[in-house]
Amino acid sequence: MSAPAPSLFTPAAKAMAEKIGLKLGRANLEEFAATLEELAKANPNIIAVTSDSRGSGKLAPFGKALPKQIVEVGIAEQNLVGITAGLAACGKKSFGVSPGCFLTARSLEQIKNDVCYSDVPAVLIGISSGVSYGALGTTHHSLHDLAVLRAINNLTILVPADNFESRQAILAAARATHPVFVRFGKAPMYGLHAPAAHFEVGKAMTVREGNDVAFIATGETVVHALLAAGHLAERGVNCRVLSLHSIKPLDAPAILKAGRECKAVITVEEHMVHGGLGEACAAVLMQAGVSKPFRIVGFPDEETVPGAQADIFRHYGISMEGLSEMANRLLK
Amino acid sequence: MGKAALSHHALALKSIHLRRRTLEAIYNAGAGHTGGGLSCLDILNVLYNRVLDVSPETFGSPARDRYVQSKGHCVEALYAVLADRGFFPESDLKTLCHYQSHYVGHPTRHIPGIEMNTGALGHGLPICVGMALAGKMDSAHYRVFTLLGDGELAEGSNWEGGLAAAHYKLDNLVAILDHNTLQISGHTRDVMSNEPLDEKWRAFGWEVRSVNGHDYAALTQALTEPSPGKPVFIIANTVKGKGVSFMENVAKWHHGVPSEAELKQALAELDAAEAKLQNA
Ligand SMILES: [Mg+2]
Repeated sequence: MSAPAPSLFTPAAKAMAEKIGLKLGRANLEEFAATLEELAKANPNIIAVTSDSRGSGKLAPFGKALPKQIVEVGIAEQNLVGITAGLAACGKKSFGVSPGCFLTARSLEQIKNDVCYSDVPAVLIGISSGVSYGALGTTHHSLHDLAVLRAINNLTILVPADNFESRQAILAAARATHPVFVRFGKAPMYGLHAPAAHFEVGKAMTVREGNDVAFIATGETVVHALLAAGHLAERGVNCRVLSLHSIKPLDAPAILKAGRECKAVITVEEHMVHGGLGEACAAVLMQAGVSKPFRIVGFPDEETVPGAQADIFRHYGISMEGLSEMANRLLK
Repeated sequence: MGKAALSHHALALKSIHLRRRTLEAIYNAGAGHTGGGLSCLDILNVLYNRVLDVSPETFGSPARDRYVQSKGHCVEALYAVLADRGFFPESDLKTLCHYQSHYVGHPTRHIPGIEMNTGALGHGLPICVGMALAGKMDSAHYRVFTLLGDGELAEGSNWEGGLAAAHYKLDNLVAILDHNTLQISGHTRDVMSNEPLDEKWRAFGWEVRSVNGHDYAALTQALTEPSPGKPVFIIANTVKGKGVSFMENVAKWHHGVPSEAELKQALAELDAAEAKLQNA
């Protein structure tokens, strides 16, 4: 038996999660796989395409249940995206599923041309993105993906924070008539929303109201912002927490509202500080003339510190403790 | 549902007309891929006027045959063929490469008759594998064709697509190689040797057919003969710049644009060839 991966949450963070009533769910990736299987059972036109990635994509049960609706291409990500595009061009609702690190780097040209430029309704799923593969090193990290994909025209980019957003993102992607990319991590996630919450592509979800500091976060970092907000609330600091599951289209009105109504803005992402959510928010705020104390929390332009996802998050301040400290510093 | 069936003689006359239109379009635009356009023109002529089950009226039908031009840079020849086949007016070609014209230097789906946006090399075959797989899943009878350049084969993605097509026994897929043995900087054998191509593709599990890429009968047979359980790789041996004496087998015509005098001379050669054919 191998030792369990270090927890993303310190005992204090776990206690805070319990205090504010968060329940630990499954990995967003597992939610994706279950949702896709459910949709595919009802719609034989849904096809999953994998590059020897059905295990890492949690699609083994899908493959067993629906062997005619899964296409294996072997370890060949360029081919994966080309085939996914060709299937979509011929009427299939195809989902190309591959680790985010390979999918968005090796086959970037296929994403740009075969999917986005040709405008086929394909869905690309980046699995175990960010530093989900933490200790495997930089070859297996995707900290560039949002930057490069944002720079490509005609692509909806979704980064769900919890199981609810993950399911909704897949439902939206399955309905979409244009290209969609969805980014998933593989750590079990706390639920952030009520089952009746409203999810809409292009609209931020408010996880917590407050007017002191706005945390604008995305993906697996949102929960850390929420825990920091809980921690700060006990010290009289009220934070707003927005989940920006939709990196493109971006909810500029929600970002501007946060910038105008709060004393400071902190963006949080599992991505390099260049070209991701933080710079997108900065562009929205600056061009509207909204100037508040502002920090981008993400990965600096350096070789990423070795360690598991939890170690790396803590090292760069993506934790209840780190984000609370950052908020206090900005408010001083 | 939308198949043309021209005689050899009619195809030969049409090829001259299409060469004219290709050269005029490139001359008017001041840009284009002359040599490769002329080398693949007879292949396109046979495809669209004999083999492909597609027409302007049936282009929206899910049952149509698909053609994806992987060597997208030779789009002027494709435009000439599509215009002649009635997908759009020939006069549209006057806007080639103009501001706000969708007739850009590589195929895009804005143009009637174009299936996919191509131009970056090594993309067509994987896309066609996806299309052929979709056809198999739907038990559809359409066939999928792509045209590759010989220089293009240095892109590794072709070989990824090649593995997958044989693995899935895609006998509804045909890849045609415009084997003109030249690319932008010279002979393909000097830039990056890729022979023996027949043995390579056979080893990849494909049915390989080598033909003269300017012979209508041979092309027609290679493009239509079934190959149960195997995708077909056609090595179409062609002459870059075919049909214009001073352009044939000269690498500089890869994307050379004729001057007014050169265009005149080329058109005169084509006129002479046409007269000879008509009197034959
Ligand atoms: Mg060539």
